[in-house]
Amino acid sequence: MSMLSKSPWIIHYDGSSCNGCDIEVLAALMPRYDLERFGILNTGNPKHADILLLTGSINEQNKSVVLNIYNQMPNPKVVIAVGICATSGGVFRECYNVLGGADKVVPVDVYVPSCPIRPEALIDAAVKALGILEKKRVDLKTGDMILNSK
Amino acid sequence: MSKRTIVPFGPQHPVLPEPIHLDLVLEDEKVVEAIPSIGFVHRGLEKLVEKRDFIDFTYVAERICGICSFIHGLTYCMAVEELMKIEVPERAQYLRTIWSELSRIHSHLLWLGLTADAFGFENLFMQSWRLREYILDIIEETTGGRVIFGSAKIGGVRRDITPEKLDEILKKIRSYQKEMLEIGSYFLEDSTVKHRLQGIGILSKEDAQALGAVGPMLRASGVSMDIRMMGYAAYGKVGFAPVVETAGDSYARCKVRIRELDQSVDIIEKCVQQMKEGPVEIKVTGFPNGEFFARSEQPRGEVIYYAKANGTKFLQRMRVRTPTFANITPLLSVLKGCQLADVPILVLTIDPCISCAER
Repeated sequence: MSMLSKSPWIIHYDGSSCNGCDIEVLAALMPRYDLERFGILNTGNPKHADILLLTGSINEQNKSVVLNIYNQMPNPKVVIAVGICATSGGVFRECYNVLGGADKVVPVDVYVPSCPIRPEALIDAAVKALGILEKKRVDLKTGDMILNSK
Repeated sequence: MSKRTIVPFGPQHPVLPEPIHLDLVLEDEKVVEAIPSIGFVHRGLEKLVEKRDFIDFTYVAERICGICSFIHGLTYCMAVEELMKIEVPERAQYLRTIWSELSRIHSHLLWLGLTADAFGFENLFMQSWRLREYILDIIEETTGGRVIFGSAKIGGVRRDITPEKLDEILKKIRSYQKEMLEIGSYFLEDSTVKHRLQGIGILSKEDAQALGAVGPMLRASGVSMDIRMMGYAAYGKVGFAPVVETAGDSYARCKVRIRELDQSVDIIEKCVQQMKEGPVEIKVTGFPNGEFFARSEQPRGEVIYYAKANGTKFLQRMRVRTPTFANITPLLSVLKGCQLADVPILVLTIDPCISCAER
C-alpha cells in the first residue's frame, strides 16, 4: 500500500448524468464507505484537486466546462469516468444532445461502467487511480510525461 | 445607488452536486436579481421515444432522475397503462406505494444532509446520510438496486415482497423513525440551525400559487396541495392528508420535509397492514393508443407525464414536466433581496434536481 503515502483530493463534476452516480459518489464519501480513509477529500476547487470524477456523458454545452476544470487541475492528474454514461453514453447514447463518453474531451485513466455505480466500485476505481497517480508523479519527475497530452 | 457587480454561481460549485448556472446581480452583499441559465444536463431523452419501444422506455424514464427514479418510472407506467386500459392488480398498487414512500424517505434524508452541509453543519450531514444508508439497504433487499430500482413495469411491478420480509421492513423502519425524529429535532430546535433558516427566503402564499411552486415549496407557504390526494396507486385506500406549514421560509420548508418523513413511515405501515395476497402483474398485450396526462407526487413536487400514442410500438410524443423546473421561478423570486451568503441555502431549499429539470 505504498501508494497511500499521498492524500489525493478529488473534484466531482456532473456531465449530464441522471444523478444516480452523483449521489453514489457522495455516498462513497459518507461514514459507511468512507473514501476519506485513503486520505481522499472532496474539494470544490479544481486547483486543489488531483483526481477528476466525471459522471454523465458529454454534451455540447458542458464540453467547455469539463475542459476548463481539467485544464485548471495541476499535474499529475487522473480522470475517472464514473458510470456507463461517462464511459460510453449508456442509455442516453442515442439522444441528440449526447456526444458520448468523457473520453471525447479529456483523457480518461479509469473507467467504472455500471448503471448506476455502486460505492464499492468507486472505491476500487479510486485505489486504482492512486496507483496511476503515483506512476504519473514519477514520470513527471523524470520528464517522461508530456504535459497536457490531449 | 451603489455599484452593481455580477457574480457567477455555478455550473461547478461546491454546494451543488449538479450543474446549474446563476448570474447573481449584487449591490454590495445584496442580491438584486438572479438570472439563470440551464441546459448543462440536457440530454434530449423525450425524443428517445422514437427509438425505444414503449416497454423499453420504462428504463429510460427511470433514468430521468436517479433520486426519484422509481416515481418517474411509475408515472410513465401509469400514463401507458391508462392508454392501454390496463387494470393494475391491487397488490402491485400497494407495492408501488411502499416503494414510492421509501424513495421519498431517502430523498428527504438526502436533502436534509445536503442542507446541513450548505449551512456548515458537517456532523448533521454525516448523520442524515448514515440513516439514509439504512433505507437504501431496505430498497436493495426488496428491489436489488440502491438508487435505481428497476421494479416499475407496465402492468404491475417486477417483484413481490414476501409477508415475512414486509414485517421485517416494518420493524426496521419503526426504529429508524425514532432516529429520524432525533435528527429532525436538531434541524428544528438547534439555535444555530434556526438562525440560518428562520425568516430566510420567505415566499408568500399568493406568490407561491402565482409562480406555480410545487411540492414542499408550495406546502410550506400554506397551500394544501399534494397529488397523492388524488389517490393514485394505493393512496386512495390508505387515506392521505398533506403536510402544510404556513411560514413560507426556509425553516418551514425544512419542517414540511421532516414531517413528511414521519408521514411516509405511517403510510408504509398502513400499506403493509392492508395488503392482501395476489398477483403483482398482468400480461400486457397490444399497443397503446390515444393521449393521456399522468400526474404523481415526487419528493420534490408534482410531476406530469404526457404520452401520445398511435397504436404502434413507439410512442409518438412524450413530455415530462418536472417539479424542479416549476420551482425555478419561485426560487428566482426568493433570491431577490437576499444576502449573498444565503444563496447556497436558498438554492438547496427547493431541493433542486437539475437532471429532472433539463432531462
